[in-house]
Amino acid sequence: MLNPKLKLNPKMFNQDVEQAPIRKGFGIGLLKVGEEDENVVALCADLVESTQMYLFAEKFPKRFIEMGVAEQNLATVASGMASMGKIPFCSSYAMFSPGRNWEQIRTTIAYNDRKVVVVGSHAGISVGPDGGTHQALEDIALMRVIPNMDVVSPCDSIEAKKATLVLAKTKKPAYLRLAREKTPIITTEETPYKIGKAEIYWMPDVGLAQVGIIATGSLTYKALLAAKELEAIGIKTKVMNLSSISPIDKEAIIALAKESKAIVTVEEHQINGGMGSAIAEVLVQNYPVPIEFIGVENLFGQSGTSDELIKYYHMDVSDIILAVEKVLKRKTS
Amino acid sequence: MTFLSDEKIKEFKIKANEIRTSIILMLLEAKSGHTAGSLGMADIFTLFYFHILKHDPKNPSWEERDRVVLSNGHICPVLYAAMAYSGYFPIEELKTLRKLGSRLQGHPHREYLPFLENSSGPLGSGLSQAAGMALADKIDGKDSDRYIYCFMSDGELDEGNSWEGVMFAGKNKLNNLIAVVDKNNIQIDGNTEKVMPLEPIVDKWRAFNWYVIEVNGHDFKDLDEAVKEAHEVFNKPIVIIAHTIPGKGIKEFEGDYKWHGMPPNKEQAENALKELQDLAFKIKNA
Repeated sequence: MLNPKLKLNPKMFNQDVEQAPIRKGFGIGLLKVGEEDENVVALCADLVESTQMYLFAEKFPKRFIEMGVAEQNLATVASGMASMGKIPFCSSYAMFSPGRNWEQIRTTIAYNDRKVVVVGSHAGISVGPDGGTHQALEDIALMRVIPNMDVVSPCDSIEAKKATLVLAKTKKPAYLRLAREKTPIITTEETPYKIGKAEIYWMPDVGLAQVGIIATGSLTYKALLAAKELEAIGIKTKVMNLSSISPIDKEAIIALAKESKAIVTVEEHQINGGMGSAIAEVLVQNYPVPIEFIGVENLFGQSGTSDELIKYYHMDVSDIILAVEKVLKRKTS
Repeated sequence: MTFLSDEKIKEFKIKANEIRTSIILMLLEAKSGHTAGSLGMADIFTLFYFHILKHDPKNPSWEERDRVVLSNGHICPVLYAAMAYSGYFPIEELKTLRKLGSRLQGHPHREYLPFLENSSGPLGSGLSQAAGMALADKIDGKDSDRYIYCFMSDGELDEGNSWEGVMFAGKNKLNNLIAVVDKNNIQIDGNTEKVMPLEPIVDKWRAFNWYVIEVNGHDFKDLDEAVKEAHEVFNKPIVIIAHTIPGKGIKEFEGDYKWHGMPPNKEQAENALKELQDLAFKIKNA
């Protein structure tokens, strides 16, 4: 069942579930933080519509900075503005920022300790027809390896809005990962949100979970659908939304492993180095259990619709169910 | 800024000589580091830290201070020496360059030395940071309170990020941004014109809507006039292309690209220190 304490969207499993792009929540959130704090500035590399920064740009033209197609400059100008007390949000497609400007983000933002929020939109394979060049499947790995960098990957539009509001107030540099396509709304305005805190969205009605599913980003919804189907065939699971990849909620991850003794991770990213790897790092040092990883298996993407690609690269509900069944068989006790 | 008297210029020459002496001692002690650019920029850093900059070493976080962004972080020995001589930290501390736990990292890091405006080393990103600072001041209407100075090298103009920053500053007419390019014609692999031609460098900056001033980077009067001229520009960012001699002050090092990233050994350092000592004597008795 859905965790009753978290006030999740009660209609999320309905046919007509409300859908919105995760990036949309960022655009709305940015407008709000712009209203609340005049030090907030927005920088964009020629993608003001796509990244949803247009809402901010229209309301605060003097605080919106059009960078042109220059992502290295995007990160470094943002760093300079932060050093004068501004709170810059800089956005592009994740493939280009942090894809192209990683060193500038590392040195001039993280190492330099300048509070900048790097916003990577259109992340993951679900960006679809644009093809492999535009499908950022490495950005979580790139960003979570940098010290002094928070990495946040919201599960829906509402959580993206909350993350934006929170990231405007934290002291550390951060990476906010967003997706292009419309995906179902999982949370509500009342669902608690805290950076560094993972929440259990799905749990067994009674008894302990046999498998813990840890998901991040838009695939969290698919993980929940899988959990519901698994419940129908008598397999008890818990689903954790790990939207905060750095800092990572070790305590909650270890607790879930202790309860379930088996984990499946779900992300729209390379398996190598992604969120699943972060989970493995935590568990192998603290409470080793079998883990199955849902993600892209060391491949580049290609053109196709979002749904086709999720299926083709084995990140669909049926793949999560198979992974759960597989990890169950690997349990020693 | 006031008019530079001969007496003042003599004072700067002596100070620059002390800074060069410290650079040699630091590099000898560290056994690694960048000699040519550090020595070549000693006159410019002397003039800025002792004459041009609005700053207060006893109150380094003074809000209205000019901002100094060093883009080519590898010449930090000259930055550290200029900062120490102007009172930011004890001159004694210069000996700790590149040692474990030192505030004086091999490339500057502001977490360790908080008086720095930026950490740097990877080339080509300082100008954009400086442009971001200048734009923030424009937005806040603070652009007449202070200047943003960016010290950078000619070699780092190979970097695409440099030109992204040049284009951006031109677009935004950042006349509170003054870049000083150390045009010393060398980089690690050889002469800049051989490694990756930069000429016509003046035309390039002009084409990107900058106001360009060329000067002799070892002539205090020239440099001072250039900065004064820069302060009068009202609708463009300004670049001072300072022609310098890499390794300036030590005949054995001057103009030779091999000294870009090499420290002197004991014998070379002793000769260099002797040469600087002789020069100091000449300046004082001129």
